[in-house]
Amino acid sequence: MSKIMLEVNELTTKYITRFHEDVYAVDHVSLKIEEGKSLGIAGESGCGKSTLALSLMGYYFAPLHYQSGDIIIDGKNISGMKPDDVRKNILGSEIAYIPQAAMNALNPTRKIYKFIEDVVLAHDSKADKKDIFEMARERFSRLGLPVETLDKHAVELSGGMKQRTVIAISTILQPKVLIADEPSSALDVTSQKMVIKMLRDMMDSGFIKSMIFITHELPLLYNVTDDIMVMYAGQIVETNNSHDMVFNPLHPYSKGLMGSIIVPEEGVRDQKLTAIPGTPPNLKNPPKGCRFAERCKYVMPQCRFNEMPMINLGDGHQYRCGHSHEHLKEMYADEQ
Amino acid sequence: MSSENKKLDTRPLCLSGKGVTKVFGTGNKANVAVDHVDFEFHEGEFVSIVGESGSGKTTLSKMLLGLLNVTEGQIDFQGKPRDISSRSKKNEYWKGIQAIFQDPFSSFNVFHKIDAVLLDCIAMRGGRNLPKEEKIRLMTEACSFVNLKYAELTNKYPFELSGGQMQRLMIARIFLLKPKILLADEPTSMIDACSRATILDMLLQLRDEVGMTVIFITHDIGLAYYISDSVYIMEHGKFVERGTADDVILRPQAEYTKRLINDVPKIYEAWDLSTVG
Repeated sequence: MSKIMLEVNELTTKYITRFHEDVYAVDHVSLKIEEGKSLGIAGESGCGKSTLALSLMGYYFAPLHYQSGDIIIDGKNISGMKPDDVRKNILGSEIAYIPQAAMNALNPTRKIYKFIEDVVLAHDSKADKKDIFEMARERFSRLGLPVETLDKHAVELSGGMKQRTVIAISTILQPKVLIADEPSSALDVTSQKMVIKMLRDMMDSGFIKSMIFITHELPLLYNVTDDIMVMYAGQIVETNNSHDMVFNPLHPYSKGLMGSIIVPEEGVRDQKLTAIPGTPPNLKNPPKGCRFAERCKYVMPQCRFNEMPMINLGDGHQYRCGHSHEHLKEMYADEQ
Repeated sequence: MSSENKKLDTRPLCLSGKGVTKVFGTGNKANVAVDHVDFEFHEGEFVSIVGESGSGKTTLSKMLLGLLNVTEGQIDFQGKPRDISSRSKKNEYWKGIQAIFQDPFSSFNVFHKIDAVLLDCIAMRGGRNLPKEEKIRLMTEACSFVNLKYAELTNKYPFELSGGQMQRLMIARIFLLKPKILLADEPTSMIDACSRATILDMLLQLRDEVGMTVIFITHDIGLAYYISDSVYIMEHGKFVERGTADDVILRPQAEYTKRLINDVPKIYEAWDLSTVG
């Protein structure tokens, strides 16, 4: 077994509203990523995907607060660290984060190489500027970005180019974990493909040791990550390898999500899209039992008051449901 | 041409255009947004116009709606040249064509309650003097068509609803108005995948039950393939390919179409990352 890059144990974080109500947006989430592996996180809007990303960085600002659990990056526990320490010692070198609108982070009055100087100098104040420039040149050419970009201002670049530049800048220190939160949703399909190719290249050449990729676009996750984790109302409902998650989902919610995939391929027109009725629960007062019970076709009376345990099937496959996996598979087979 | 397309071609034309062009600016600053496009949309047809940002699909949709003037070319509505030269003629035309946009919030007056929006639609159909009970019955029917409860919506303002609910309310408006043509400009791009299926189902239902022509404008080629009878692919203001959905997506001829399909992530075949850029 290779080295574990990121380990998260029972992480719980909450938002505290103006009226002092606690909203647990990430609720007892545990995950593990090995070196060289990538994990995709899927789920509806508001299910806690992005909050999980923010929580993993250990960078908490009101209204987001840390509650309990451990975040261990390459053997180093960062949970409970002060935001200032996190920024100085963790961000950039251990863990890097790319939000959806990352390209808007570039200051229009500065040239691209200046941002790279900033990142490197923030972690090593004695670094030589000439060396930094050489390193940046080499990295850009390795990633297939034109080297002239370094001497340009952000306004001279297209949207897809800016996004790729920001990814290159934020991974310049070769972080152990890269968290990409919808990095390609604002781009057209061609630029999206370039971003994905670059992320894959970075994984292959070891510039990043592991990756978490967040998106609601399932065909994209299927092609990018090794494993997929489905979140619902702040909890993990199922984790499995990408192929089995897309073709043999087990949890009724995953099943519903996979039924909404549309791709331009033969046979897709004959499939019926499944819509999941209803809306997710309000996390201010989450339901006592299974959080998906209200919308579930296969709901049993005890689902509504029993806490659902995570059932581990081995090989990294786990799911959270009151039905046994044999029973779920039988029910799905009967429907076809 | 496949048999499916021949069957469609026998239906009467609903909206058609010849040499439709839009030029913004003049002289050396002229910018041709839509360049001599021809199209024929038949009654009850589900048509998709697919293109990337900047291809001119929204400009074309605004010309179809009569919100922008056509620089050159002619648009026929139900077999006759379209006349929108005056305000009253435009209002008459808009009884035949209605639209849903990407951002439902931009389509509602924030100071008007939901009831006022729906009552407007009833008035537009000539129901201004209907008794109150009849109006409520119509509104309830429209809301239940889109799986909303009228009792929960009445007396609410638009900002109190979620994006998905608002988009469904837009469809309830269309259900009340029953236009000949519905133009849907990226109606699902702000909605996540699970609610998207619901919206698409409703559009198909409108087409089947009311017999509407639906013109669906999107950048998502997979979505266009799933939902439409025929597909038009647009690049730099021109249609580079048109035909039945199966012909265009499974047997593309134009280089641009091939590239678009190639760049979308797939699940049944391998997604080739080497041919990028």
